[in-house]
Amino acid sequence: MKTPSTIWDYAPAPESTKVEIKPQYGLFIDGAFREPRSGCSIETINPATEVSLSRISEADAIDVNLAVVAARKALKNWRRAPALERAKYLYRIARRIQERARELAVLETMDNGKPIRESRDEDVPQSAAHFFHHAGWCDKLKWACPTANGSAPEPIGVCGQIIPWNFPLMMAAWKIAPALACGNTVVLKPAETTSLTALRLAEILQEIDLPPGVVNIITGAGETGRELVAHGDVDKIAFTGSTDVGRAIASTVAGTKKRLTLELGGKSPNIIFADAAIDQAVEGIVSSIWANQGQVCCAGSRLLVEESVADEVIEKLRMRMRSLRVGDPLDKNTDIGAINSRAQLDRIESFIKIGVAEGAQRHEVSDVVLPPKGFWCKPCFFTEVQPAHTIAREEIFGPVLAVMTFRTPDEAVARANNTMYGLSAGIWTSRGSKAYEVARQIKAGVVWCNTFNQFDPAAPFGGYRESGFGREGGRSGLSAYCA
Amino acid sequence: MTERSEITKTWKLFIGGAFPRSESGRVAPVNDLTNRSGGKALAYAAQASRKDLRDAVEAARASQEKWAASSGYLRGQIIYRLAELLDGRREELIDAVRMSGRVGKGKARTEVEIAIDRTLSFAGWCDKLDSVVGGRNAVAGPFHCFSQIEATGVVAVFAPEEFPLIGFLTLALPAIACGCSVIAMPSSVEPVPALIVAECAPSADIPPGVLNVLTGLREELVPVVAAHRDIDAVVASVQPEMAKILQLGVAENLKRVRLVDPQAKFLEDLAWSSPSAFQGVTEVKTVWHTVGL
Repeated sequence: MKTPSTIWDYAPAPESTKVEIKPQYGLFIDGAFREPRSGCSIETINPATEVSLSRISEADAIDVNLAVVAARKALKNWRRAPALERAKYLYRIARRIQERARELAVLETMDNGKPIRESRDEDVPQSAAHFFHHAGWCDKLKWACPTANGSAPEPIGVCGQIIPWNFPLMMAAWKIAPALACGNTVVLKPAETTSLTALRLAEILQEIDLPPGVVNIITGAGETGRELVAHGDVDKIAFTGSTDVGRAIASTVAGTKKRLTLELGGKSPNIIFADAAIDQAVEGIVSSIWANQGQVCCAGSRLLVEESVADEVIEKLRMRMRSLRVGDPLDKNTDIGAINSRAQLDRIESFIKIGVAEGAQRHEVSDVVLPPKGFWCKPCFFTEVQPAHTIAREEIFGPVLAVMTFRTPDEAVARANNTMYGLSAGIWTSRGSKAYEVARQIKAGVVWCNTFNQFDPAAPFGGYRESGFGREGGRSGLSAYCA
Repeated sequence: MTERSEITKTWKLFIGGAFPRSESGRVAPVNDLTNRSGGKALAYAAQASRKDLRDAVEAARASQEKWAASSGYLRGQIIYRLAELLDGRREELIDAVRMSGRVGKGKARTEVEIAIDRTLSFAGWCDKLDSVVGGRNAVAGPFHCFSQIEATGVVAVFAPEEFPLIGFLTLALPAIACGCSVIAMPSSVEPVPALIVAECAPSADIPPGVLNVLTGLREELVPVVAAHRDIDAVVASVQPEMAKILQLGVAENLKRVRLVDPQAKFLEDLAWSSPSAFQGVTEVKTVWHTVGL
């Protein structure tokens, strides 16, 4: 019999969830963890403390081949499995992610450096939702992706999927769920700095008895990815990451029969009109550039403010920036966690230096005390930015915002479209007709009106122009996995 | 000499609504292998150069936004008008399709008739693609979220060498229907049917620059298209080695490349006018808007 005091105890904080991490992880091939033939491994650390978490295997060409062979072998039965049987596996994966949500959130935060508030409220629930949503598609493909003769569409085959380090588990879900729903099998390669949640997902796949080989998860760095892209028996490559790597992948698959979808970088505009609800817009700016330390492909890294409210917006932004808490990602009050790696921190800092050198004015909070170890970057924004400045053109992938102004809606659109990218855009105005017209004119795959960084498995996501091609989510995302 | 001699025609390029010669000054004979001429060249076609292609891209870019912003209803009427005009020149098209001697009159007639009917089909897609492929997304939060289908932009089309009319229309018209502007390279061996389409375009009120037609040497034009950074997408029915050059062009500016098997049966298969016809020339734009009091 519980006493009232124990009944009314606070629920344990997520960070108190015990997460067991093995000292070393093998490759998940054909339903089992196995030692890499390469014999090589990579240390993975907590970017907030620089303490080693584990070692992950580094798959070489032979390991990649084993994974592809396993996926090919599994394809035969998986593609022919009754649609609702495939669905049941996906539903089970969704359920297990929900059941192990706390553990996954804590592990994600330890491995990636993102605030626990985000991994708990966004990454993990979105991952479960993605499997749940796609489970429901399995037996509806012939209506979603009709074929000339009215039969259900065929899967593409063995899909090689390469995902980035900014949303490790969520990207794995975005890739695996639609592939499996359509009857494909998968070889997934997570990023080398953030493989632990994908490997935990592999354990979940074992728990739910997913047939061996349907999903194989191989870890490693760029070379492992290159082996997967170049493998002759892979039917499709789906890649999320930098535009430069995307270009290299496109060159590798040229001349082959491989299908290709690319979700690449961005330099997305966030447009604040004078008639916007300014306080809400400022909150939108915060989530557009400082969520996940700005390490978001669709981050609103170019702020375009109508001139008449620029001073007000900048002042409110400065105030709001002061209230952001930078520090321990496992603290649920933290707003800004750690940058994912030393290399990324160096890259961000070099852009900040370039911004200052090119004449833009940096604004940051001077009295933030950063932890002694780990990779930290204070949130900042730049004013006096010219469209030709490096920080206004290149993707920084960090908590660095370039602020520019405009006078008319036409100028706002022209500036917004003045980029080779086209992933996302934000529009803040209290006039619906204006929002929809500006949304129409902006060349971007996702446009958020009076909000930013919203994702949903039912909503297609992906870019125009050099932000890549193909969509993820919704019916459009599904069709990228049907032959 | 009482017998009237034929006027040998020079087929020019079609760029920005005008019919210029190639700036290179080059022309190539168009051989007529039907009995009519005994295999002699009765016509010449301009051979486009790199500069002509650049001009065509500029014309296409200048026209594209306005074309995409026009209503699907209007675009549909314009493409329907094109079908009307092509039907009026049916006999001429049949002669043009059989000019190379590849097919006889019966097969040429079949190709022309199916091609014109397919034009009609594409006309009908203009105001329906959004409803079939896009729509509202049932997201979990308090948002109105929908996906609309937009034109990718400037599209280069390499029509197959065979099926000089239906191959050309099947690959070029979906892009135009959804609001792209097109630079189309017709069959290099049988260019005349496509050039008749070009002559109909202004009368159909296809705005200048929305359809451009460049005749010429494929091996010259393919690498220039692949490297061009202001071409957003390529639809091509070409041999594998040229397909690879175009695919390598993806690395330039992430242009979308949709390859169509040159051996494809353009006369059959219902899927030619299915939503998949618009793959590679359309973009899905997802728009979110807050909902609340």
